[in-house]
Amino acid sequence: MSKTVRAIVITGNGVNCEKEMALACRLGGAECVDIVHIAELLAGRVTLGDYHFINFPGGFLDGDDLGSAKAGVNRLQYAPVAGRMDHLIDQLRAAVAGGKLVIGVCNGFQLLVKAGLLPAIDPNNERQTVTLTCNERGRFEDRWCWLQVDQESPCVFTRGLERLYLPIRHGEGKFVAESAAELARIEEKRLGVLKYCHPETGSATLDYPWNPNGSQAAIAGICDPSGLVFGLMPHPEAYLFRTHHPRWTREPGLPEEGMGLWLFRNAIEYIRQQLL
Amino acid sequence: MIWRIEVALKEDVRDARGDRVRRELAHHFGVNIGLVRTIDVYTVEADLSREEIDRVAAGPLCDPVIQTVAVNRPLAGDFHILVEVGFRPGVTDNVGRTAREAIEDLTGRRFSPGEGVYTAVQYLFTGGMTKSQAEEIASGYLANELIQSCRIVPRAAFDQEKGLPVLVPKVTSSAEPKVTEIDLEVTDEELVAISRGNMLALNLEEMRAIRDYIGRPQVRAARRKAGLGDRLTDAELEALAQTWSEHCKHKIFAARIDYTDETGECRVIDSLFRTYVVGTTTEVRRRKGQEDICLSVFKDNAGVIRFNQNWNLVFKVETHNSPSALDPYGGALTGIVGVNRDAFGTGQGADLLFNTDVFCFASPFHQEALPPRLLHPRRIFEGVVTGVEHGGNKSGIPTVNGSLVFHPRFLGKPLVYCGTGALMPAVVNGRAGHEKKASVGDRIVMTGGRIGKDGIHGATFSSEELHEGSPVTAVQIGDPITQKRMFDFLLVARDRGLYQSITDNGAGGLSSSVGEMAEDTGGFELHLDRCPLKYSGLQPWEILISEAQERMTLAVPPDKLDEFLILAREMGVEATDLGEFTDSGYFHCLYRGRTVTYVEMDFLHKGVPQLRLEARWQPPRTEEADFPMTEDLTDTLCALLGRLNICSKESVVRRYDHEVKASTVVKPLLGEQDDGPSDAAVLRPLAESFEGVVVAHGICPKYSDLDAYAMMANAVDEALRNFVAVGGDIDHVAGLDNFCWCDPVHSERNPDGRYKLAQLVRANEALYDCCTTYEVPLISGKDSMKNDYQIGSTRISIPPTVLFSVIGKIPDVRRAVTMDVKRGGDLVALLGRTGKELGGSEYYDLLGIPGGTAPQVDAAHGRRLFKLLNEARNQGFLVSCHDLSDGGLAVALAESAFAGGHGMEIDLSGMAGAEPLRDDFLLFSESAGRFVVTVRRQDRRDFEEICGDIGLCWLGEVIEGRDFRITGSDGKLRIATNIDTLKQAWQAPLKDM
Repeated sequence: MSKTVRAIVITGNGVNCEKEMALACRLGGAECVDIVHIAELLAGRVTLGDYHFINFPGGFLDGDDLGSAKAGVNRLQYAPVAGRMDHLIDQLRAAVAGGKLVIGVCNGFQLLVKAGLLPAIDPNNERQTVTLTCNERGRFEDRWCWLQVDQESPCVFTRGLERLYLPIRHGEGKFVAESAAELARIEEKRLGVLKYCHPETGSATLDYPWNPNGSQAAIAGICDPSGLVFGLMPHPEAYLFRTHHPRWTREPGLPEEGMGLWLFRNAIEYIRQQLL
Repeated sequence: MIWRIEVALKEDVRDARGDRVRRELAHHFGVNIGLVRTIDVYTVEADLSREEIDRVAAGPLCDPVIQTVAVNRPLAGDFHILVEVGFRPGVTDNVGRTAREAIEDLTGRRFSPGEGVYTAVQYLFTGGMTKSQAEEIASGYLANELIQSCRIVPRAAFDQEKGLPVLVPKVTSSAEPKVTEIDLEVTDEELVAISRGNMLALNLEEMRAIRDYIGRPQVRAARRKAGLGDRLTDAELEALAQTWSEHCKHKIFAARIDYTDETGECRVIDSLFRTYVVGTTTEVRRRKGQEDICLSVFKDNAGVIRFNQNWNLVFKVETHNSPSALDPYGGALTGIVGVNRDAFGTGQGADLLFNTDVFCFASPFHQEALPPRLLHPRRIFEGVVTGVEHGGNKSGIPTVNGSLVFHPRFLGKPLVYCGTGALMPAVVNGRAGHEKKASVGDRIVMTGGRIGKDGIHGATFSSEELHEGSPVTAVQIGDPITQKRMFDFLLVARDRGLYQSITDNGAGGLSSSVGEMAEDTGGFELHLDRCPLKYSGLQPWEILISEAQERMTLAVPPDKLDEFLILAREMGVEATDLGEFTDSGYFHCLYRGRTVTYVEMDFLHKGVPQLRLEARWQPPRTEEADFPMTEDLTDTLCALLGRLNICSKESVVRRYDHEVKASTVVKPLLGEQDDGPSDAAVLRPLAESFEGVVVAHGICPKYSDLDAYAMMANAVDEALRNFVAVGGDIDHVAGLDNFCWCDPVHSERNPDGRYKLAQLVRANEALYDCCTTYEVPLISGKDSMKNDYQIGSTRISIPPTVLFSVIGKIPDVRRAVTMDVKRGGDLVALLGRTGKELGGSEYYDLLGIPGGTAPQVDAAHGRRLFKLLNEARNQGFLVSCHDLSDGGLAVALAESAFAGGHGMEIDLSGMAGAEPLRDDFLLFSESAGRFVVTVRRQDRRDFEEICGDIGLCWLGEVIEGRDFRITGSDGKLRIATNIDTLKQAWQAPLKDM
């Protein structure tokens, strides 16, 4: 590979945030950003191995008809790739094993979790151990939330960050672990990177509306133990500019650059230093 | 082999869906049920092994962290009564479709014809419910019997081993395709009976025109050559009926009207549409000359205006009232995905940018008994909102602007307006993006969904009132994902230049889409037997006019056909070559090689006889009531803020994704706590430019009973006020008019038809008068003319309603202005004139005072005011700006204050005009053309200079604290409270919807 950061944004079948995700990658410093329809991957014309940074944007894969991202995971696992014996999930696992960066936002996060790529604490076990399910209030919601960043987390995306302010836009975002033990392991390994927090105190909260969906341990985003695979329900690609902020007309001094961009900058900086 | 898979939540997992049902049942039926649990049921009819079905069940159908799954055995255990709700045969089952695709991916085998997946939901009720209550709840809430069926089983009758018997709601039809001929050489009564009996919605004169056509010797000769007889085929009659339907041909707007005004003076209007709607645009374009922004008006699926050198804006608004009355969820969902196709299929295709939605309902708290076949307004509310939520969110299009309007007479028919804006490249492959043209020899290609019996007669059905025999097949359920896939594909196809023309399949289906596109070439040849069907048993005429969703029709040059079809297959989209555009002059359809329609294109498109209608205007008596004013108006203000037409709609707005695509700059909710009501939306569609799009609307049915002229004028003014308030440029804006009327055609059953038509004429006059003065061109619109309910002796007619939507530009989104006050110390000013015109106002309605004068619009004054607000925006003087509408000045001040989190100290003494008004009139009059602005103290002089003699009145100031006080013109304190109390009153009514 040449000395350029190559990012892929995967779209199709109901993904709908691909353009702003690609913009975030570009503004974050990636020289090459391709929005690729999954049909191109299944046709074998593009392979995930060609990229340093794999983006799964938000949307409604297959309408979330079987539960969020379920049919999408099934496609990664089983849909045939022209000219190859393996499936997209194998390409994805190979990329992860090869130290590439992967981010899943909202529906993309649901996809990574249900494919067993997050939190993936046991390296050889591809089993799904956590999920994202119906919001406690049973409704889709569009709402901006404050997020506390765990600075002890291995996540490379959030290095140096303390708090984020981003919108959530989902009906199935409640984080649930399969057991108290699994939740404890996530906490212990500092994988619960982002937590919904109270705007004034800054501490993680279970209270609505600050924790908008009733997530266990207020978890809004997690990473795998390597810190290279990251998923979150809030939309960082929705806060790239000052005018994305819901109160930009009334809060003086907001920077021109939005907080969501920081995550992409970190990712691309990491790639530049470690993978090029 | 048939498998039944059940998926349930694990016992310790909360069932959010069940909890919602429990809460809603308490609202609707007053029953308190202990617990509601739900189970998803998949009935799979396919050749799968046990091992495969187990992998399917444990894989894509189940989330192992929270769910359990069982194959061919029930999961229901602990319950009193079970209700299972499944779809009726042939109804769109999106979850079933996705499950089928997942199974196909997993097994690597496609389903064979006849195989399928059918879904159902089981509701398990525990505690306090009898079987008859369950029946009532099942039919009254859980299921819509038009599209769904229920099985109700008490615990005692439930087989714990086998569960419910397997039910496969498969369409089984052995009907052989056949073409029936219809004899029109019959009496007038029989002609009318044929129209009525076949749901054609054609009147006698139209039936006669068709009979005369088929009787012409040269027509007969040509038909014989084509292999047809002297009688019309069913497919021909159906195609004519849908092309000539009110829905498609707008016959009332095209009618010749004899209008008599209140003085007895008569005049003739030859087409309201040409005279007033097209007339407005022609006049405005003439006046604007070089500054004209219109590119494509009234001819395509949507209107197109210029945005900048490289991009155009597309906007279309549709209604979906009748389907939403029958099935609120499916109707509204279909409405939004349908209007998406309109905007998408404009010119050579456009990228969708935003949705808007405006609903008119009766009160969701309606308590009186309902007339037969009407759904409770709360159910309509919930169904419609959920439908638009799914349609918009799943399509990935932000819903940025909308309204909920309430009036008791919307009980008869709810109005569901759905709009979509899109961004179109100014040039596509070297051609102007807004132009399209099919050529002779181009292939007719249909893409997207398959054809079923859904939506047959939608076009003719919506051209009639809601009655006993309203057809079940008119109900459809949209499928946003199939459509999203199709759009993803078509954008690639567009940019590769693989087609020449595109249009959507909406009302009238193929008959309409192909018929319209073929006007470019003068004919076509369409093979109906090549159409992909959802199931067998459709008759040729049904294939021709089915309104099955998610389909676009394209004109593909023969040398691009292969590339087009290959790309479609790769991207998972069905595309089928159905025939060819010709210059034969004929609407020519074949089935298995035999001609089934052969109608002259000219007759089809131009043969409909012009209606002749009578309109008589008699202004209603509007006496001014005399009543005393309450000294303290604090409670009145709180009561007004809590009225349905004013109160917060946050619970609905949050259910819509209003910022996907990351272009929304002024969002629908804003202010200190992100919960204030925005006047309009601002978007920044291009990351490389700060140029913005502004979207707003106005709608004022409350004035219709007083004067439809005022209703229209106020709607236009309101839309433009909202537009200008956020910073929209008054010289770069276009309007769309969507008329929803009650039947304006006089008949025995509709004795006041002449009055309703006169209302329509007056509304059109107002549209012309206002828009030409404001210099706002109309670019698109629609009318829905039969919004009545009639069963037995009960007739409910909606108040005539026009939604006026606007789209335009703000040169730099960083100059956008929001309605929330920003800081203590800023000065508060009122712009515009206040009059004693409280007829139809929320204040009069609250007090139960009838009559009064509706607000009059002075458009010339309004235009000057809008221009100077644009100037104030440019100079950065507007700290906040809020339009005055429902509830008048007091409500606007309160909203700006509590949205901004600051109190106000207001004094009305400066408002004394030529004719002094009582304080309650000053505070609650809904006079048009007014704004409340806040301005920095140091900008006062400069702002006054800009305003000149426009009618600027300083009212007081924003304060640091939370007190909200208004002193009357005589120095008495009229309102004394705080913004938290006001906000609470405003938020309470719909908080839990």
